[in-house]
Amino acid sequence: MIEAPVSKDQAAAEPLVRIRGVTKRFGSFTANDNIDLDLFAGENHALLGENGAGKSTLVKMIYGLIAPTEGTILWRGAAVALKNPEEARALGIGMVFQHFSLFDNLTVAENVALSLPRTESLKTVPDRISDIASRYGFALEPDRPVWTLSAGQRQRIEIVRCLLQDPHLLILDEPTSVLTPQEAEALFGVLDRLRGEGRALLYISHKLDEVKRICDRATVLRHGKVVATCNPREESARSLAALMVGSQVKDVKAAADRTYGGERIRVDGLNLPAGDMHGVSLQSISMSVRGGEVLGVAGIAGNGQSELFAALSGEAAARDANAIRFDGGAVGADGVTQRRRRNAAFVPEERNGHAAAPDFSLSENVVLSRHAESGVTRSGFVDYGRAQNLAGSIISSYDVRKAGPDPAARTLSGGNLQKFVVGREILREPGVLIIDQPTWGVDAAAAAAIRQAILDLAARGAAVVVISQDLDELFEISDRIAVIHMGRLSEAKPAGAVTREEIGLLMAGTASGDARAH
Amino acid sequence: MNVQIIELVLVTIVTAATPLIIASVGELVVERAGVLNLGVEGMMIAGAAIGFAVAFLTGSTFLGALAAIAAGMFMSLLFGILAVGLAANQVASGLALTILGLGSAGLAGASFVGQKRESAASLYIPGLSDLPLVGKLVFGEDMFVYTALALVIAVSWFLNRTRAGLALRAVGENHGSAHALGLPVRRTRMLAVLFGGACAGLAGGYLSLAYTPFWSPGMTAGRGWIALALVVFSSWKPWRLLAGALLFGGATVLQLHAQAASIGLPGQVLSALPYLATILALVVLSLRNRRGSIAPGSLGTPFIPDR
Repeated sequence: MIEAPVSKDQAAAEPLVRIRGVTKRFGSFTANDNIDLDLFAGENHALLGENGAGKSTLVKMIYGLIAPTEGTILWRGAAVALKNPEEARALGIGMVFQHFSLFDNLTVAENVALSLPRTESLKTVPDRISDIASRYGFALEPDRPVWTLSAGQRQRIEIVRCLLQDPHLLILDEPTSVLTPQEAEALFGVLDRLRGEGRALLYISHKLDEVKRICDRATVLRHGKVVATCNPREESARSLAALMVGSQVKDVKAAADRTYGGERIRVDGLNLPAGDMHGVSLQSISMSVRGGEVLGVAGIAGNGQSELFAALSGEAAARDANAIRFDGGAVGADGVTQRRRRNAAFVPEERNGHAAAPDFSLSENVVLSRHAESGVTRSGFVDYGRAQNLAGSIISSYDVRKAGPDPAARTLSGGNLQKFVVGREILREPGVLIIDQPTWGVDAAAAAAIRQAILDLAARGAAVVVISQDLDELFEISDRIAVIHMGRLSEAKPAGAVTREEIGLLMAGTASGDARAH
Repeated sequence: MNVQIIELVLVTIVTAATPLIIASVGELVVERAGVLNLGVEGMMIAGAAIGFAVAFLTGSTFLGALAAIAAGMFMSLLFGILAVGLAANQVASGLALTILGLGSAGLAGASFVGQKRESAASLYIPGLSDLPLVGKLVFGEDMFVYTALALVIAVSWFLNRTRAGLALRAVGENHGSAHALGLPVRRTRMLAVLFGGACAGLAGGYLSLAYTPFWSPGMTAGRGWIALALVVFSSWKPWRLLAGALLFGGATVLQLHAQAASIGLPGQVLSALPYLATILALVVLSLRNRRGSIAPGSLGTPFIPDR
């Protein structure tokens, strides 16, 4: 057993990978800030952090997918500048991605053969797969087409691909996110063997229970910085969650001095099956939001946020019309336009292609979400004069910076386009607003403007649901906060009475059963 | 019906199926690489016109066949530059290719209308070719028929047994992943498109050099479209394609015999039989394969490398 943070053996040994002062900037955004990290042979090292904490950026640099802006990566003590993943693989670095890059209609053996050097004979591939599978104690039939396999079996193909190159370091990006608990158990067995063979594992996860069970050391990232390196077995899930989400609580406005109207959004036992393989099914979601209230929905990406947004906006209709009620009217079976006619407004997460059509002008984008109201369209014809006037008032009210009088949506910067699509909905004075990731990838000034607009709308009596992965944001604007985990929504708690640690535990799914009751 | 008539019917079925086999086996490779080339008809007719012109001027059927292949490849090169090189819309480029082929073939063949020449020579092995029933069928066909069969065997072997064939299927299945693995997506697709063009040109050459040894505008008569349907019909598998082409050829020939025997159905209905058979077979196939799409995953999607 390796003691944290570094055992005597490790202190003496040369680390396999030594990362020193690595910084990665994308434009003005710093994804990784002065990262130091050591990885030793024979350890399973966890990389913990919330979405957007910079985990993916860091491992992409180790795997040669992107180059660091500053700092050095040392491999066995020698500085390396990896230009591409091929160079990383040549050194002995393998990576298992979260979303598999497999060919569905090809067999297991064919998928593996494609990643082998051209000199390898195709005929020996099935035998080599069976060899590896039996060595690590899992089953994988070389002749099965991939589309007939489960997610766990697909992941094994990716692992076999890596192992055929005999890597010294294996990076696993949230490997259990698509696995059933049983498949995850099998994976842990394989990982233990790999570590026993003296390979280093870098295990990216936000599942604290898993990390406590199988990892020897953990490095926690927050906002692109290393905030701690610890032995996860000696930490509690609570203390790890606190490290992940940051323990200092910001000024949270008191909910008491706000006045609420009647209930405007009511969701009762909403169920929605997953749309595709990577989707999440919503399970008995319930919530109630009053006029003047902002309900924040926290959660780690991929726990059902997009599905919840789709269900609330009408992009995915519920089977039971009564499962969703806006202002008392059953809207569960209604489409988006019908719900808009009930004075509801929706801002999806993706600006380009979902909230706005990138190649359409701003005035045309106004028509897209507001055609249902009288005014912009008249007996089937578009009134472009009116649409341009509306676009103009959105632009001036929300300080949208743009080039030209009526430019295409894609020419706007992310923050300005987000202000535009949020403004487009809020200027309608909706009674119900559902907004997903309102400030994702938006600069601080635009984010503040958008949050202020949301608060102002609520103050005028609207009920608002904000789905966000940014806890700071949720604590800043929400009256109550609920957490979505694996398609289930926790009970909403007053933002002033709940701690970040509690929210963090709910996000990681480690809270006790009563906290998840709904 | 005596043995001679049965043999005659079987031989004509093979003859009718041959251009479909050659053209569709080429298109099958193109589509397995993820490219949808709807210009088969245009490449075929170009091959038919140029093939006949060269064969007529040189007096050599072999040179005519080579010229037909070259004409088809040239046409497919135009398509490849647009659809693979410049990532233009494949449907539009393919349709344009068909229209271009029909027009330019009419122009190139204008002075050859009404000219006649000897049909391509058939194999003759003394003794074997004279065998009853199978003699003419197996040992007395022209070189195009044997080439068609060889193409099916070769393509099937290439796709399923070679590394290059595996790479081609991977490119057609998921060009993003293939690119990430370092496979040359655009080069693979370009070569596949050229192969498809060569096959379509040869199929057209067969029509004007062997099937009906003269040139007339529009002589492909929609065979390029049937070849496209056959690729779907065969669910992108070479051997099924052979069976489908024979089935379609059989329906074409049988309806002619049925018309000659005047069985009391309108001729138009009988002429439509091969097409109805194709539709029926497509429906049956698609009902059988509910789970798991059999079409190449990236079929028809332009590939634009991200770096």
